[in-house]
Parts: sequence; C-alpha cells; structure tokens
Amino acid sequence: MSGRFKPGDRVRIIAANPPGHRRVPTYARGRAGTIERLCGEFANPEELAYGFDGLPKRMLYRVRIKQTDIWPDYKGSAKDLLELEIYEHWLEPA
Amino acid sequence: MTELDLSRARAHDLGGQAAGPIDRAEHETEPWHKLVTALLTSLRDRPVRLVTIDEMRRAIEDMPPEDYRRLQYFEKWAVGVSTLMVEKGFMTREEIERRVKELAARAKPKANS
Repeated sequence: MSGRFKPGDRVRIIAANPPGHRRVPTYARGRAGTIERLCGEFANPEELAYGFDGLPKRMLYRVRIKQTDIWPDYKGSAKDLLELEIYEHWLEPA
Repeated sequence: MTELDLSRARAHDLGGQAAGPIDRAEHETEPWHKLVTALLTSLRDRPVRLVTIDEMRRAIEDMPPEDYRRLQYFEKWAVGVSTLMVEKGFMTREEIERRVKELAARAKPKANS
C-alpha cells in the first residue's frame, strides 16, 4: 500500500472552504500534523455524495495532530493528540 | 499557530463549538424510527443500491440550518430520504406533501366522537 505520504511525514490539512459535502471538519483545516498510518484506498465520498462513482479511489490517512496545535485555549496536557482520518487530496507537505 | 476560525462551519460541523453538557437521557425507539431505518437501508444496500450513505449525509447537511438544528435524528433521516427520492425522480415533492396532509388529517381526533 503506497501513497503520496508515508508514516512519519509532516503534512498540513489544506485550509480551504469549498462548498458542498466535505470530509474535513472546519476546526482541522490549516492544521499541521504527522501521518500515523495509511488506512487504505476508498472511493471518494465527496464525489459519491453527488451520485458519481468516486473513482479513482483516494488514499485515506490517519493524521495525528497535537491538541495544542488545534485549540488556542487547550487546557489539557501538551502531549494530548487528536487522530483524524483525512483523504490525500486534503493534504499537502508541511 | 493559525487562529481558530469556525465562522464558516456549516450547521452539521459542530466540532469546537460551545455545546454545553451532553444529554445522556435514553430515548424510546418509536415504530416510525424503525420504518425510516428500514426504508433507508433497503434503498442503500444490495440489491437495490439506489442511494449511497454519502448522498444521505449530503442531503441532510444541505437542509436549511434552522431545520438541521431543530429536527431530531430520525426526522433528519426522513428529510434526507425524501430529498433523494425527489432528486432521483421516484416521487415528487407534491406527492409527499399530499400524503403527509392525508396522514395528518387521519391522525386528528374526529370532532363528533
């Protein structure tokens, strides 16, 4: 299983706000993290949502982000992490 | 770090917003909840496969934000299924509204009883 990124790579979730059905929560957009694993390739749900076949399949990654890198007022431990599953077309090298 | 800007988040995109305490009350399952679930899964799964779960999510997310915030879980499903059925040409909005009116009239207690 291979994709544009591999475990350990630093990535940033694209800071975009396109209209329509999108699989990235707003709070995570523009945030940087690390690829934790490749989850596999899946038909693109953002295309399936409009009746298309979602092909070619897109690589899905588990991205690990420090909580303190997401919430400006985060009160928990600086070691706390959030893992999100994000498709390759929403990621850029960081 | 970039500032957290949730101003463009849509009604379903709740992450990071003040939400208050979680309501942990159990909910009674009503018969129509099962009916909506049966309808959606029959349309979605083999061999029918007329809708995808992704289309359902999109149809639900696209309802007016005030409806999204007001409606309960299975009410959102009912809206989503009917939106997709109209979109795909299996029934018209008028047919649905007429049937809803018929059922509402039937549910009313009779004036002389």
